[in-house]
Amino acid sequence: MRVFASAVSAAFFVVASSAGAQQLAPSPTLDAIKARGHIECGVHLGLPGFSFANDKGEWTGLDVDYCKSLAAAVLGDATKVKFTPTSVQQRWAVLQSGQVDLLSRNTTITFSRNATLGVNFQGINFYEGQTFVVRTKAKVAAVKDLADATICVAAGSTEEKMAADWFRERNLKVTIINFQKNDDAISAYDQGRCDAYTAGIGALAGQRIKFKNPEEHQILSEIISNDPQGPVTRWGDERWQLIVRWVLNGTIAAEALGVTSKNVDEMKAKSANSEVRRLLGVEGKFGEMMGISNDWMFNAIKQVGNYGESYERTVGMGSPLKLPRGANQLWTKGGLLFTPPFQ
Amino acid sequence: MIGFLRDRKVRDYFWQGLATIGLLAVVWFFVQNASENMQKAGMATGFQFLWRDSGIEVPFNLTGYKPSDTILALLWTGIVNTILVSVVSIAVATVIGFSVGLLRLSRNWLLSSLAGFYIEFVRNIPLLFFVLFWYFGVLAALPTPRESMGLFDVVFLNRRGLSIPTPNDLAGFRIAIVATLVLIAVQFGLSRWARARQARTGRDFPLWAVGFVLCGALPLAAFVAAGFTTSWDVPTLRGFNYRGGFVLVPEFVALFAALSTYTAGFIAEVVRGGIQSVRQGQLDAGRALGLSPGRVVRLVVIPQAMPVIIPPITSQYLNLIKNSSFGAAIAYPDIVSVFMGSALVATGQAVEIIAITLAIYLTLSLFVSLLMNWYNARHKLVTR
Amino acid sequence: MKLNELPRILPPWAETLRQRLFATPLDALATLVCLYIIWRISVPLIEWLLIDATWDGTTREDCRSSGACWVFIRARFGQFMYGQYPLAERWRVDLLGLLIVGAAVALSWRGLPRRKEASILALIVLPPLGVWLLYGGWGLKLVETREWGGLMLTLFLAIYAGLIAVPLGILLALGRRSRLPLIRFASVVFIEFWRGVPIITVIFLASLLLPLIMPTGFNVDRLARAVIGLAFVIAAYMAEAVRGGLQALPDGQAEASQALGLGYWRTMRLIVLPQALRISLPAMTNEFIALFKNTTLVLIVSIFDLLGIAQAALADPAWVGMNMEAYVFAGAIYWFSCFGLSQWSRLKEKRLQTAYGR
Repeated sequence: MRVFASAVSAAFFVVASSAGAQQLAPSPTLDAIKARGHIECGVHLGLPGFSFANDKGEWTGLDVDYCKSLAAAVLGDATKVKFTPTSVQQRWAVLQSGQVDLLSRNTTITFSRNATLGVNFQGINFYEGQTFVVRTKAKVAAVKDLADATICVAAGSTEEKMAADWFRERNLKVTIINFQKNDDAISAYDQGRCDAYTAGIGALAGQRIKFKNPEEHQILSEIISNDPQGPVTRWGDERWQLIVRWVLNGTIAAEALGVTSKNVDEMKAKSANSEVRRLLGVEGKFGEMMGISNDWMFNAIKQVGNYGESYERTVGMGSPLKLPRGANQLWTKGGLLFTPPFQ
Repeated sequence: MIGFLRDRKVRDYFWQGLATIGLLAVVWFFVQNASENMQKAGMATGFQFLWRDSGIEVPFNLTGYKPSDTILALLWTGIVNTILVSVVSIAVATVIGFSVGLLRLSRNWLLSSLAGFYIEFVRNIPLLFFVLFWYFGVLAALPTPRESMGLFDVVFLNRRGLSIPTPNDLAGFRIAIVATLVLIAVQFGLSRWARARQARTGRDFPLWAVGFVLCGALPLAAFVAAGFTTSWDVPTLRGFNYRGGFVLVPEFVALFAALSTYTAGFIAEVVRGGIQSVRQGQLDAGRALGLSPGRVVRLVVIPQAMPVIIPPITSQYLNLIKNSSFGAAIAYPDIVSVFMGSALVATGQAVEIIAITLAIYLTLSLFVSLLMNWYNARHKLVTR
Repeated sequence: MKLNELPRILPPWAETLRQRLFATPLDALATLVCLYIIWRISVPLIEWLLIDATWDGTTREDCRSSGACWVFIRARFGQFMYGQYPLAERWRVDLLGLLIVGAAVALSWRGLPRRKEASILALIVLPPLGVWLLYGGWGLKLVETREWGGLMLTLFLAIYAGLIAVPLGILLALGRRSRLPLIRFASVVFIEFWRGVPIITVIFLASLLLPLIMPTGFNVDRLARAVIGLAFVIAAYMAEAVRGGLQALPDGQAEASQALGLGYWRTMRLIVLPQALRISLPAMTNEFIALFKNTTLVLIVSIFDLLGIAQAALADPAWVGMNMEAYVFAGAIYWFSCFGLSQWSRLKEKRLQTAYGR
């Protein structure tokens, strides 16, 4: 009987939706997510502040928060996301083969990745800049002082290539040792195999606490590259790409519009700002246009918070990393974070 | 009809045909899926990436590779590094393995139990532990570059490796190498002549002493002379590190140490088994003929133990070559590390890269198998 | 002359000692050198392991002595054993372990009635039961494989890969000695391929390529992929071990059975394999030990086995610098497991030799 009832209601739903709503482009990824009830998110193996699992297996971090927002937007529940830790080598294959719905793991946006790997970058959630960590007693003030040094780096990262290019362009000789995992490179540096370890300045702030004596090391303030990072999806399934892109935009827009997890109920009820109303699903039915609930950003902000809240909690002043906003400040406040309007 | 089905030949053909069709169907199914999936994912395919610039630094290479070279050159560097660490480790593992195997059979109870302890210790722990232990252990034990251990101010040892001088001009060394080869050939001829004469007249020839001069002292003199005629690129401390000369990196040393001590444990067991397979009567007979204990081992035990030892030792050598891929865990730039690691991440062409890597290892394995089979055939005992 | 008189005045135990340790001056020297080496290695080792070690406490700050900090192992013990397996569900792992041990003990007791049938029953029932207990479903809470880890994962990998590898290896060994050239060829290619490539590449192959060659939407669990990869490699090695046993068996056995009118499969099942497997059991155990050790390699595809969990624990900022403790602990587990297995196989080998009257 119950089966019959649900079949009838399902048929009714299909008829009603095809008659009522506009025809949506097919999205196998979204359908699969709804069917299985959770999002599969590929994250970093362990990078404090960005994606890090504590000893109970609970994930925290900026990249992790983004996936939680996405889960809240798509499924209405920020906890309906599962994390697959991926190494530098595995990440593309894991995404390409469909084992995860997206990557959110400190991956720099580059042309050749976009052009040859069959992946698309859906915006920027962190402006990373590459720098070096050195022993304080080595007395290094600028990056060029590292001439003739040995540098540990994770193989296949953009940092590996960037560091090699930077020194070569300046006719400085360095020795670069490529490790398969970040943690291996860090412990080799810590053991004295290298004079410096290179990574993004944000990543370094988190990794520094993995050193035996963090106070003996110093992160150079000079930045040798710009490494914009953000969520990555496969080619194809444009509607899924759309959702991934606009959830990110939504968290940034929320901060710009002053919507936080604390005032979101009030904003939804009272705000007269039409962009806020559209963002929170009071006007415009933006969620429906993508095939998800109109409460999408309301849920995301309510359960995870806007970009600024997430930043402060994971890498900012409210975290052990204590990273200033810098380039990751809103464009209205002198930073680079920008979102197209919700219109 | 039933008689037809009972025909053994027909049945054979039937089963083989069925198996072939089944296998081909499975392979076709996988290939079909793969190409479909890759096309859908928009992944680049084909082998053109091999000729792209690699841009990947390899700190330890004997091929003169530069980051501006192609990925193909990078692959070749990885292959050379794999072969290098395998060959050196095989040589040392054989020496340690034979020694430990012989010690295991020693009359001295303490010696034999120490050897037994070594064997049991090494064989029952995963190799990865040893690789990590040697790497971080060696690193921790060595001094920083500024506190380097120096030898005559030309050779330096520190956490960045062993820096040794290299000659700027190789001409003198080429002559020395040719001279050495000639001397080895002479020694080889002499040994045949001496053996023939001993068989004819029974007179002994001091082959070892002559060999020592011909293959040891003279070549050494030639190399020393060559060394004095050329200028050297001597490592000097510049900034953080020693520059110039050749650096034997700690990654190589650690991987080499782990591979050779680990495999030695297995070789020792093989050697012990091989020697124990020689019957006691053979030793007694040798001794009864008045041979010295050393000669009994050399002329009676080893020739009979070898055919038992060689097949399993071959598979140990093959294991060692395959195990050299553990170097990836400590950044030793072998095939797996530079090609299946760095190049794969740079290009994302997993299918092609894994296929090439597998093909290379298969070729290496095949080559070693052939070599050892040839050796085994040559040293087979002629029994009646 | 004096040397000859010496033995008579020594008590028997000292005489044995002399012969074993000081038979010649060279022997005596070797003994002394060995004793010195043992002394130099074992004293600091025991000091670090036991005497100076810290056993009680909860945080890194409790470890102030120069010895090992076993507090770390105590704090992380649950993870070393179960990974992130939910606390409330760990009884399932324990139960399965008890079941396996219980079954093994009961089945190795020779007086067990209907021992053969019970063994077959256990082999049929236990593996799926194990998967159900660990993975859940059908009334049990689902515990995904990404939450598995530590020793239980290592054991799972080894046991299930072994369960696939043994029958596959036997089939391959039979295939390699088959009368049919195509089957022979296919077996040889399969065996030599998997024996010729490093396990690292195989695990990579399984984790990266397997999803690619499957139809869209057909996802193989990543742990299952590792099990399949490992199983193929070990099957190839097992096949060679079994082939050794087959070759050691006189041809007369198979010929006699065929003369009695038994077909190929019955000949193999009733006559050839029982004898051949008994001969190749030690070699097969060695291959299993190799498999067990090689499970450590799955950590390169982010599956956290015992060693992987140890490394993950080392990355915890609260426990920086515990490398030695973690590796010694994990290494000791591997050592005892492998050593125990090899001793068991040696025992079997001896029993076999006496059974054959050698």
